[in-house]
Amino acid sequence: MATINSKISEEIRALAGKLLEEKKIAAFLGYCQGSLPMTARPFVARTPEDTDKLIWNSFCVLNLANYLPELLKSLEPPRGPRDPAPEGPLPKVAILATGCWSRNIVIQIQENQVDRDRVVICGVGSRGMVAQAKVKELFDGREILEVIEEDHKLLVSGNGFNEEINRWNVVRDNCLTCIHPDPVIFDIRIGDEAGQRKNDNRFAEVEKIDNKSTAERSRWFTDEFASCIRCYACRNACPLCYCPTCFVDDAKPQWVGKSIDQVDTSIFHILRAYHCAGRCTDCGSCESVCPMGINMRILTKKLTSDVLNLYGSEAGMALDAPLPLTTYRQDDPQNFIITEQAADKEGE
Amino acid sequence: MKVYKFDKPGLEAWIKKWSETAPVFYPAPDASENCGIHPGWGKMTEVVLPQSSGPAKSSLKTFYFPQPEVLATSSLKKNDDDGLLLTEPAPVVEKQVVFGVRPCDGRSVELNNLPYAEEKLFQQNRERTVLVGFSCSEPKSTCFCQATGGSPYGIDGLDILISRQDDHFLAEIITDKGAKLAENGLIDAGSEEIAILEKLRRENAGNNDKGEKLKEKDLSSLYNASFWNRVSDSCLNCGACTFLCPTCYCFDIQDEVLHGRGQRIRYWDSCMFPLYTLHTTGHNPRGLKVQRVRNRFMHKLKNFPDRFGPLSCVGCGRCVVECPVNIDIREVMDDLLAVE
Repeated sequence: MATINSKISEEIRALAGKLLEEKKIAAFLGYCQGSLPMTARPFVARTPEDTDKLIWNSFCVLNLANYLPELLKSLEPPRGPRDPAPEGPLPKVAILATGCWSRNIVIQIQENQVDRDRVVICGVGSRGMVAQAKVKELFDGREILEVIEEDHKLLVSGNGFNEEINRWNVVRDNCLTCIHPDPVIFDIRIGDEAGQRKNDNRFAEVEKIDNKSTAERSRWFTDEFASCIRCYACRNACPLCYCPTCFVDDAKPQWVGKSIDQVDTSIFHILRAYHCAGRCTDCGSCESVCPMGINMRILTKKLTSDVLNLYGSEAGMALDAPLPLTTYRQDDPQNFIITEQAADKEGE
Repeated sequence: MKVYKFDKPGLEAWIKKWSETAPVFYPAPDASENCGIHPGWGKMTEVVLPQSSGPAKSSLKTFYFPQPEVLATSSLKKNDDDGLLLTEPAPVVEKQVVFGVRPCDGRSVELNNLPYAEEKLFQQNRERTVLVGFSCSEPKSTCFCQATGGSPYGIDGLDILISRQDDHFLAEIITDKGAKLAENGLIDAGSEEIAILEKLRRENAGNNDKGEKLKEKDLSSLYNASFWNRVSDSCLNCGACTFLCPTCYCFDIQDEVLHGRGQRIRYWDSCMFPLYTLHTTGHNPRGLKVQRVRNRFMHKLKNFPDRFGPLSCVGCGRCVVECPVNIDIREVMDDLLAVE
């Protein structure tokens, strides 16, 4: 039976094959089948033959925009830092883009990391990606050996069990609260437009923590980040993190200690989140890739809600939208500035 | 080798007794009390027997190679006793027991011991740690210990190995350190039960065929193989694989100074990070992602075996399961074997 995703996969393969055949692009950035159940592996198709491997399913959890700046750069002829840009058009890359991924591409274009003319954006409406961890939790220790995806359910099987679960029940939290599943920018559309999704309160998970007392909130923070091993999977999976040298890797000066001590991990996570303020699209890559199951996405979600409340802005919605944190307006809210009066009031 | 037999309550009572004299750690993914020291391992208050298979979330190396680990201290004040001198910290000798260790993890200690044979702190931790293993009756689909030379019933590196047999348990006392936990009054296992265990061990013995084949291959053709680009295309260059890996043992040393007191501290490092090989000149011999990915696998599957013999991989499958982009070392091994 042809499912929505199998039809999209077919379309992707045909499109990628055609673009590579006609030499319109040098590489197609998509997904291929992973080696374990519920995994899809980011994959760069460089020849028409490669495109047979391309797939699309609910396990494409990593934001492909993450690879875009580096992939584009790797296709340029090598040159030194002061050498002039080569003449003539540079090789292009086609990339799959759901709602949030497309918004990240917009941000990369706005922040001059990606040249719009070198990308062919292939928009795919997202139906929400599945959280592997949620499925595993349902099966409590029983090893899952195969998962077959249908449009609205997953058929999960292993040694001595074969069960059907509702797909929507195991969709990632960020997808459940997403209201922009359809790409905001694309050159070619694949599949159908994603339906409008309504969500009465998409910041409920943030409010739950906001409503805690300071002591409870501190406790939540300590517990949530306690198991961090500083592998930086969250940072490296993030399409916003493209600094050549990250602040945690800097040795001169060393901004933050390298240990898994609570102070060091806290600084890393808080600063990482703040670097994403006004830029994060809540794509959920960070949370999906964490080997320790830390929900660091709550931090960036909180900042998304702050930026929305303060500046009425959502990241990457349009190419000409101003970047909220690098745009000065005379009427910008300033109540975060600690004045003498405010400090006195705090002290009372 | 002594082999004792227990029923479930008997085994639990035996294990519980250890915690009277030394801290007993066990795989506890949710335990936050020890996070920051041994993430993923909890201090035992109640006995929790491991499931039938699969390694703990975090590897055992945190007990042998904890981070942060202070290597030396010093004072910046000339007139202090240790003024401008590096002083080694007093040796830690307190015993600790780690329970529920899988044979793959036990073997990792032996493998790490090859490059760390003369490393004082590693040896000190080895001396004071008693490893109580739990054999794997049903290996997971991501387990491949046998393909790396290990076995689900292997005893390498362990002091005691407990195996489940029908409704009872057999505990093999492997070393003198293990014997100290087995006091008088334990019931000897019958010869028939031991024979069953020995048979299982023989039937599930590992081999290092792939490792031996890789040893014969030419280093530079493996190094220059074209498939590395494909692996690197998907790699994020994060350190999840290296930090979860029981046989990754690379470190970074930092000097931290506060109020005139200095500490020389060892942290885990990862060959996936660009800073790992960055020279003070600014040159980076492994400046590209593909070079770093290649290094990780070449080290484990070719360079380490060429120098020490076995693969630097115990087949626990942690990197396979937790890699954010599903890079599978088993596929890389096959790719390497296919290189002409």
